[in-house]
Amino acid sequence: MSEIPTELRYLSSHEWVRVEDGVAIIGITAHAQHAMGDLVFVEMPEVGTELAAGDEAGVVESVKAASDIYTPVSGEVIEINGLLEEAPETVNSDPYGEGWMFKVQIADESELENTLTADEYQAQIEDE
Amino acid sequence: MANRTALYESHLQAGAKMVDFGGWDMPINYGSQIEEHNQVRTDAGMFDVSHMTVVDVQGEGSKAFLQYLLANDVAKLKTPGKALYSGMLNLDGGVIDDLIVYNMQDGNTQGWFRVVVNCATREKDLAWMATQSQGFSVTITERPDFAMIAVQGPNAIAKTCAVVGEPKAAVIQSLSVFQGLPADDWFIARTGYTGEDGLEIMLPNEQAPAFWQQLIEGGVAPCGLGARDTLRLEAGMNLYGSDMDDSVSPLAAGMGWTIAWAPEDREFIGRGPIAAEKASGPAMKQVGLVLETRGVLRGHQKVIVANVGEGEITSGTFSPTLGYSIALARVPAATGEAAQVEIRGKLHDVKVVKPPFVRNGKQVF
Repeated sequence: MSEIPTELRYLSSHEWVRVEDGVAIIGITAHAQHAMGDLVFVEMPEVGTELAAGDEAGVVESVKAASDIYTPVSGEVIEINGLLEEAPETVNSDPYGEGWMFKVQIADESELENTLTADEYQAQIEDE
Repeated sequence: MANRTALYESHLQAGAKMVDFGGWDMPINYGSQIEEHNQVRTDAGMFDVSHMTVVDVQGEGSKAFLQYLLANDVAKLKTPGKALYSGMLNLDGGVIDDLIVYNMQDGNTQGWFRVVVNCATREKDLAWMATQSQGFSVTITERPDFAMIAVQGPNAIAKTCAVVGEPKAAVIQSLSVFQGLPADDWFIARTGYTGEDGLEIMLPNEQAPAFWQQLIEGGVAPCGLGARDTLRLEAGMNLYGSDMDDSVSPLAAGMGWTIAWAPEDREFIGRGPIAAEKASGPAMKQVGLVLETRGVLRGHQKVIVANVGEGEITSGTFSPTLGYSIALARVPAATGEAAQVEIRGKLHDVKVVKPPFVRNGKQVF
């Protein structure tokens, strides 16, 4: 069973979000990277882009498939993980740490209530 | 329940991630597809390909039957064990399947042939062969008693010889490329689907798990169907159902070289339609595409050729050996050296090349 840290929130589309000082840090889950296999390419939003919750923010491509990445919260993209441009496999090796993808300045914290807890996400992937 | 090969338990023990493949539970990878791919390009890896369908065609009419059934000509197989790649066409010239046929003549017995066809096409292939064999004195026997292990890579033959024992090692050492010979109750062929040297070994199901384990101990890494797909695509080899199917002519699928036009009086199924297509000039052709910038080419993406027309990617992937994306595509015959591919609504420039992309570990286009 893949690791699902309890302090994070999740989307049913397999993103995780960590909130630090009003900033949402977003990546994909251990379950997602395992299902996709070796990642070879990560396309991220440009810094400064204004996103609305549920928007497509980027794409991850593995050897076998491409998958869209969605943002759980609205706001401006303030930083992207440049490491992934040269080393997309970091998402496979450390999905919740060095493999984070982008940061959003949260415009409306209440949107986080629409995300899943670790238990809810766990239940969802068991149903898949 | 899905079919399982004799090596199913061996895959679970090796930590395989199993997926459904044409009705079979097969390993997609054992951890990292890219590491498995690189293992085959640089050393030796092995694949369970027992899901493929082995069919023996025997009887005094076997040669004449296969000369009628296949677009390539088994009369080319003059040496015992020699193998031939061919398409099996329908009446319209579309590809029912691609296959390998081995000349099983050993000098003492009457000539017969062993044919290896795909797994997902098994039922329609067997039905077609049975129908078309009427009027020929042949027996067609499926061989589900065989497991098949492909050992591939620059060190594949040496590492296999080190574990099989002397009589079989001597048979392996004697094989020329694209030749297969019996060794006791095994059949060992120097063929593959990776663009590397190596072997495809048919052996009785009950012996397969022990041999698999011996190969692991001998330094051969288990590799899944994921790596098999990236390896074959780098090698420019077609995948049935993606790069061609019943509706596609071999001339539009890069299989022109597998059609034996001579002798002119050999009537094989589908000859009329593809001869007419050849005479008038095929509308489409198969090419390789290379995307050197970021992104990954995938099957069904649209290919746009300025002032010529449009085509489609038939299979695409990230090439672990080259570090960028490659694809096979079917495009208008007038396509030159440049094209564009539409990926998620954006056009990307690609180079048009002649496959293969990689042979024996090296870039070749």
